[in-house]
Formats: sequence, structure tokens, C-alpha cells
Amino acid sequence: MMNLESIPIQAFLIVSSALFCIGIWGLLNSRNAVRVLMSIELMLNAVNINLMTFSSYIDNNLIQGQVFTIFVITVAAAEAAVGLAILLSLYRNRVTVDMESFNLLKW
Amino acid sequence: MSIAITTQIICFTVLSLVVLIGALGVVLLESIVYSAFLLGGVFMSVAGLYLLLNASFVAAAQVLVYVGAVNVLIIFAIMLVNKKEDLKPINDIKSRRIISTSICLTLLSLLIRVDLTNVWNISIPQNSIGEESTIRIGEHLFSDYLLPFEVASVLLLMAMIGAIVLARRDVMNKDISTGLPVDQELIEKSSEPLLTNKN
Repeated sequence: MMNLESIPIQAFLIVSSALFCIGIWGLLNSRNAVRVLMSIELMLNAVNINLMTFSSYIDNNLIQGQVFTIFVITVAAAEAAVGLAILLSLYRNRVTVDMESFNLLKW
Repeated sequence: MSIAITTQIICFTVLSLVVLIGALGVVLLESIVYSAFLLGGVFMSVAGLYLLLNASFVAAAQVLVYVGAVNVLIIFAIMLVNKKEDLKPINDIKSRRIISTSICLTLLSLLIRVDLTNVWNISIPQNSIGEESTIRIGEHLFSDYLLPFEVASVLLLMAMIGAIVLARRDVMNKDISTGLPVDQELIEKSSEPLLTNKN
């Protein structure tokens, strides 16, 4: 075991990759529409961890990655609000949150 | 950061285990309410990871926005749409599971391979600005990222108006048959569920 000065960058990157893949799995496999939104939030968090890692390890003087993370958090908040509003109006029209029954735009 | 490296490693291990196990719980647990609360735990641990990366401002923003707003919004949505329903079985669910799991595992192995094999150009004086990062973010937001900052405000306004318009219920102010004004607190327009039977 070598003597470390700080946590290796690969550790953070692997955590964020795993979080992203868990998010994709949840997005593909959830039947509940609320859970789909939660999976999207997980994926956005994985992207944020990636940006923050690069900003801290590679660009630690001009921390532009942190500014990007702030913008991603803003967009994620807007997305969650609009997504849940769409979900509510969908629920009002279809009385279900099952993703398999939302097939109005199916070709 | 002036914490000893052993402490950092312990903190990182605990936080990343909480993140990954919590995320697995979010996607795998049966009860959606447990998933929502686990999601809050995941957000908090991600904020802890940001603290390890010397970004106290973003960690605070993460706690405020994600745990304080997004998670509460999700819990409210669960409360509004939480109805026990028995889902219709899908016939090819097994092959779908297998395909999606293999796609995710392939993507994960690809990403991990890139993470481990690429030579990262790590700058040597690590964490040089430390607690000044908040000042630096403010300078960025009001100089070279000014346009995205202003566009973000317009985006938030549009999202707010859009959410209100989408989630609003139409309330009628007079009775259809008699024409008399109605008590708006009690009567909502009873709309037929439009699309329920059209499968």
C-alpha cells in the first residue's frame, strides 16, 4: 500500500459511474412514474459528483466545475417541479402512475 | 483541506457506501415512500462528498435545494398520487430486465475502465484555494457566467409558471344546471377521466 497524499481521483469517478448506472437501471425498470423522476435525480447527482471531482482535482484554481454544478442544481430543481406537475395532471387524467399505461404517443 | 488522510479515507468510504447502497434502495425497494426517504439520505451523503472535495458552498446548496426542495416535492407528489393499485403484468418483463441489466453493467464496466486507464492531468498543488471557493464562484457568476446566470433566472420563472399551470385544477364558479354561485371550497369540477379506457 503506497502512501497516499489524498484520495485518488479514480475513487470519486468510480462512485459517480456506479451511481449513474444505478440511475439508468432505475429509469429503465421502474413502473412507478415517481420512481422514474427519482432515478433522474440520481443520475443528475452522479453528473454533479463528476463535475465537482474534476473541478477539485484538475481545475482547482478557477473552479469552473463548481459553477457548472450550481447551474445543474438549478436546472434539476426546475425539472423536478415541472416533472411532478406533469405527473399530477397525468394522474388526474389517467388515475394511475403506471409507466406502462402512458402509451398515448406510441406509434 | 487539513484533515488527515486516514480520516478522509474513512469519511469517503462511509459516504460512498451510503450513496451506493441508498441509491440501490431507491431503485429496488417496493415501497415508494422508503425510496423517497432513502433519496434524501443519498442527497445528504453527496453533500458530504462535496465537503470532502473542499466545496462548502455547493454542499450547502445541495442540502438546501435537493433535500429541502426536491425531496420534499417528491414526498408531496407521492402523497398526492399514492394509491394502491395492482399493476398489470407485462408478458416480456423477464427479457426486458435481462437486457436492461446487461446494458447497465456494460456501461458501468466501460465507465470504470475509462476511469482507471485514463491518465488524469492532476494539478499538483491540490486544493489550493480551499475556503475561498465561495468568493471565486461569486466572481464567476457575475463576470464570465453572467449570461447563464440570468438565463437561469428566466428558466426558474418559466418552470414556476409552467408547474402552476400544469398542476392547477379548474374550479367552476357557478353551477352548470342552476346558474347559482357555488361554494368553491367544496366543489371541484368533476371531470371524467378522459383517457382511462382507451388502451
